Amino acid sequence: MDFNFSKSEEVIQKVAREFAEKEVAPLAEEIDREGRYPFETFDKMVKCGFTGIAVPVEYGGSGGDDITKIIVISEIAKKCGATAAILSIHAVFVQTVLKFGSEEQKQKYLPLVTSGGKKTAFALTEPNAGSDAATVKTTAVLEGDEYVLNGTKCFITGGNVADYVVVFASTDPSKGVKGLSAIIVPTSTPGFSVGKIENKMGIRASQTAEIIFDNCRVPKKNLVGKEGQGFKIAMIGLDGARIGVAAQALGLAEGALEESVSYMKERVQFGKPIAALQGLQWYIAEMATKIECARWMIYRAAYLKISGQPFTKEAAMAKLNASETASFVTNRALQIHGGYGYMKDYPLERMVRDAKITEIYEGTSEIHKVVISRAVLG
Amino acid sequence: MEIAKVNQGIDLKDYNDVWIIGELIDGKVHPVTIELIGEGKKLAEKINKKLNVVIVGHGVKGITERLLHFGVDKVLYIEHELLKDFNTEGYAITISDLIKERKPEIVLLGATSIGRDIGPRIAAKVGTGLTADCTKLEIDETDGKLLQTRPAFGGNLMATIICPNNRPQMSTVRPGVMAKAVHVDYAGGEIEVINPKISKDDLRVKLIDKIVSGKKRVNLIEAKVVVSGGRGLKEASGFRLIQELAEALGGEVGSSRAAVDAGWIESPHQVGQTGTTVRPDLYVACGISGAIQHQAGMHESKYIIAINKDKNAPIFEICDFGIVGDLYEIVPAMIEAINEKHFLEI
Amino acid sequence: MRIIVCLKQVPDTNEVRINQETGTLIRDGVPSIMNPDDKNALEAALRFKDEFGAELTAVSMGPPQAKDVLKEAMAMGADEGVLISDRAFGGSDTWATATIIAAAIEKIGNYDIVFCGRQAIDGDTAQVGPEIAEFLNIPQVTYVKNAKFEGDKLEVVRYTEYGEYVFEVATPVLLTAIKELNDPRYPTIKGINEAYGDKGEEKIRVFGIGDLVVDSTQIGLKGSPTNVYKSFVPVKNKVSEIIDGNNSKDKANTLVMKLSELNLI
Repeated sequence: MDFNFSKSEEVIQKVAREFAEKEVAPLAEEIDREGRYPFETFDKMVKCGFTGIAVPVEYGGSGGDDITKIIVISEIAKKCGATAAILSIHAVFVQTVLKFGSEEQKQKYLPLVTSGGKKTAFALTEPNAGSDAATVKTTAVLEGDEYVLNGTKCFITGGNVADYVVVFASTDPSKGVKGLSAIIVPTSTPGFSVGKIENKMGIRASQTAEIIFDNCRVPKKNLVGKEGQGFKIAMIGLDGARIGVAAQALGLAEGALEESVSYMKERVQFGKPIAALQGLQWYIAEMATKIECARWMIYRAAYLKISGQPFTKEAAMAKLNASETASFVTNRALQIHGGYGYMKDYPLERMVRDAKITEIYEGTSEIHKVVISRAVLG
Repeated sequence: MEIAKVNQGIDLKDYNDVWIIGELIDGKVHPVTIELIGEGKKLAEKINKKLNVVIVGHGVKGITERLLHFGVDKVLYIEHELLKDFNTEGYAITISDLIKERKPEIVLLGATSIGRDIGPRIAAKVGTGLTADCTKLEIDETDGKLLQTRPAFGGNLMATIICPNNRPQMSTVRPGVMAKAVHVDYAGGEIEVINPKISKDDLRVKLIDKIVSGKKRVNLIEAKVVVSGGRGLKEASGFRLIQELAEALGGEVGSSRAAVDAGWIESPHQVGQTGTTVRPDLYVACGISGAIQHQAGMHESKYIIAINKDKNAPIFEICDFGIVGDLYEIVPAMIEAINEKHFLEI
Repeated sequence: MRIIVCLKQVPDTNEVRINQETGTLIRDGVPSIMNPDDKNALEAALRFKDEFGAELTAVSMGPPQAKDVLKEAMAMGADEGVLISDRAFGGSDTWATATIIAAAIEKIGNYDIVFCGRQAIDGDTAQVGPEIAEFLNIPQVTYVKNAKFEGDKLEVVRYTEYGEYVFEVATPVLLTAIKELNDPRYPTIKGINEAYGDKGEEKIRVFGIGDLVVDSTQIGLKGSPTNVYKSFVPVKNKVSEIIDGNNSKDKANTLVMKLSELNLI
């Protein structure tokens, strides 16, 4: 058993931390307030190879694996949950193409979306298909060499800025879940349009949009895997995504703890720094312990995934626990900051808002409990 | 090319006199030259030797004459039209040739961008050691050697350096640290014009343009008041507030290294070990913790004011007056109080 | 085109603390970093590499762990590293250091630009670069804020307290970089994985005294013209008055009053 990072991982963590402090932190408040997508930060992340993590170098990727991904996403989330969310969701498209795409698709798309700087989205959710992905209404009908897509997807992170979207549509509505297929749609395709952009509570800079397909024609070769494999592809994609969201939650919690520690040493009440107050010391102990627990659950899930072992249950547990930890820790951190924590001058209230989504998206906590209990009860 | 060597068992007694390498900027004498003359004079008296100033240039005889009013024994004026503008090789070749010929015991340069450019090149040509950025020079009473003290590790440590077996003993000296020589009406000493052997081919770097920045030059060294901002400003726009306070106090804006590293302000404003040393009458440190490397550049200020949120910040150990609190509340209140005061006096 | 970049591994002096009781430096736990000005030199070289496909060799002199800065440089895009390391080099002052590095550069050979940082944050001497240039008998431009090729010559902007000076110089030349030169890039994930793995290790050559043509009387402690006579921690003794008050306005008013009593306003 070895709980140590390799030398490269240590260096990656140092670089990601520096990147987060210098490039991400200065924008966090502004992009949250304005709900503005941080295009400039995305481009910088491309240059550092953050968008190509866990993609082989021969496809334009950066190499590395899920451990690398956790390191980078959590360091960025310490400073900005939205920027971390952008990176984490981008990885879902990338990993879907890597895992299920044909050689031709991999050679075509992976260089574009890793080192090429193109943006992506993962379009599964529909107004009537949230946790229940089987009720997808969007259709893709084969006409000659083309699929014709019709339907609406909602709550699509980055849907309005993406260059490519992997869309889950029904190629055979008679088969229900088994009729779902995954299709890559370039957003420049006629018939693709962006609908409502959501006004969200948190991760406001990672824009969430409704996307609409109106007789949107894409070549047949854009089908990922086979017809009818869509549900399986989506679920495996979400398994991987859970690790990313968990890393985002971990980073938010770690960031909130760091803010609290430095505030408690600086803030003087009753003639001494509030770090001397035992009540608050106990808060810190609880926060730190929960974070430690969350961290190792995530790394263990990633380890199972990398070593080719089943990891669905562990990824679900890691995500469930990390997101609840993020909410708990950011709330406590806000409390420690007192009135200041409630003000927008400090990052705590943003962190609380950003943490909440981790309990909801890429599978709610409740859905994760379903996944976990099924695995445990058999 | 023959490369010079050190430790060749030279006879130290062959080397005499203290030399100052003077510095001219746009036809004016750099203040550090006068400081070096003041310090050099003290050293020369201690070892009972003469004090000479070397001036390199073209058509600056008037300046060489003026230098005689500062108590120097001789001005060695290296005169050549190729030396009109500063040129590393032109200066280094002619100065090192003269050093090799005349054998001074001590050679001091200003630790300016010019002195620190040619100093090492001269030392390498002559075959001797060089101590950079000295803040204190003394003569060892036992054997007359030069003790060169300088900060290291960002000012965390002071090191006294010696150059025991090679001559001359060379140092660059930090501007603003030594006391200036006093101007006297009586012009003593003499001027010797040196015609160096130098040709166009020796100057491999050619000056093609000079851009004097349109912005007001930062003059921290001569400022009576310096108001500095640091990491505690949290963002670049905080320097607007620092600028306002500096204006109210009639001073210049300084900064810590952290603020420069963060890209909030340009490096000419940086005070500290890797920046400029200042000795104003009043130094106001806003949101600067006072890392030793910053202290190295400002601790000799006559009065130091510290404003910082962290009451344990080291800056409070070296300040005369300190305020623990949020600079974004205190500085505006100070500006208001100062302006009110000016108003009353009018 | 070949560019050689000289990099020094230094303790992060911002993190250095003093043990007040013993009056010594606390170096434990102080991270080692690539000297900041050297990083600007490296970035400038990398931009030449991006533009002209220059071969980029990173050079560092120091103990075996100085390999880390070479790996960092490779993670940013340098092609190879040379570590100059030998017990015989220990205790070298700037003269001896420049002598050794110049010999290593001669051995690498065939270079167009030698890039150094202006000065290192541990020693702050700014001497090694110009001394290397002298030993290699090549011209130098220090305090470089901008450097670009105009034909086969370099146009270099020197940024000083007096203004900016534009110079023209043919290669080979030694340049020393300042912070204003550029904004160094981050190492990439791919670069880090390669540089810190086996591949990176293979790309680092180690030069010891036996590999260099160097006069042994001119190096190490014995070959150094300057020695440290003594070192000490600077002492300070000052009485500080912390101004109290009910609020910020109060405190500010008291301070302004005190300053005006002292005739500082």
